[in-house]
Amino acid sequence: MSHPAANPRNDGTIDRREAVAVLLKDPGGLLIVTGLGAATYDVGVLGDRDQNFYLWGAMGGTAMVGLGLALAQPSKRVLVVTGDGEMLMGMGSLASIAAARAPNLAIAVLDNARFGETGSQHSHTGLTTDLESVAAACGWTATATARDMAAVEALRTRLRTEPLFAVIRIAADEKPRFIPPRDGAFVTERFRRALGIVEN
Amino acid sequence: MQPPPWQARVFGALKAARVTIVGYVPDAGHAHLIDAAHADPDMTAVVLTTEEEGVALAAGAWLGGQRAVMLMQSSGVGNTINMLSLPVTCRMPFFTLITMRGEWGEFNPWQVPMGTATPHVLTRSGVHVRRADHPGDVDEMVAASAALAFDSHIPVAVLFSQRLIGAKVFVTEGSET
Repeated sequence: MSHPAANPRNDGTIDRREAVAVLLKDPGGLLIVTGLGAATYDVGVLGDRDQNFYLWGAMGGTAMVGLGLALAQPSKRVLVVTGDGEMLMGMGSLASIAAARAPNLAIAVLDNARFGETGSQHSHTGLTTDLESVAAACGWTATATARDMAAVEALRTRLRTEPLFAVIRIAADEKPRFIPPRDGAFVTERFRRALGIVEN
Repeated sequence: MQPPPWQARVFGALKAARVTIVGYVPDAGHAHLIDAAHADPDMTAVVLTTEEEGVALAAGAWLGGQRAVMLMQSSGVGNTINMLSLPVTCRMPFFTLITMRGEWGEFNPWQVPMGTATPHVLTRSGVHVRRADHPGDVDEMVAASAALAFDSHIPVAVLFSQRLIGAKVFVTEGSET
């Protein structure tokens, strides 16, 4: 059986590591939640930090972890960085987050239109689905799609000031893996301590 | 109609446990808690499209120093299985109140399989399961289970039995063939 034909409109050209480096430049106290797979490597390779929470599983849950964190820390900015496959699996959460109206949460989807971890099969965003349109239809009022590095540069400030859903069309090539801490209990406790939460 | 007093006491137990974020999927058995959470200025009630979102929401809340509860029905427990790896792996609390279907006087056969599997699925997924059968001690059960979850950093579910919440009535007496 042949694979479905890819939608050529969705072939991105942006280098994912360059894009994430630009988005996360001078992160300050930004709270970052990363989705299972390459997004976790892309963020981790820039330097492990206490305010990063890396998901190594729980696929489809990254955006909702971001929402819980944003509601719990309304004076801080929360940025979810994930891939198109992980976001597609949690597509319902785009509706839940829009309905919750958290002003301090933004999502950046690194969209290579592929399931990169599993053999680079075409994902729905490489076939028929446009995640920016999905988010807008769910009620996100600020959405964007970046197709070049100038557009990525423009997203950096917006992702830290607006409840923005942004898609970044990245190239499909695979990068060397970088392995940030994957002991979830350690990362959790470190994250909480960085926020000054010792016991609750 | 006034809710049964035990439901108001359960809400009081959640308040006393310092729960501030309430994730829920729609459920008649939890209707009072959902309304009370929305009406409480110190709580944030979050409507979800599926139960696994609530597990991830609670994890994020814990990362940010707040306590969450997830309100769901037994039929949705199967949707949470993989997401439960999040609190288990990260040694986080997860606290959920689950109304049971498919047991006491159930009318809808489609509710039976997941209702029957619920305590087993939760237990095998690493969740500590408690069951509330009687109006007299349900709030005490919720309070003790919340303490277990949040103080010992483990996932805990309290099952509200169908006998406690009352079987849903779909047909009037005598109309069923």
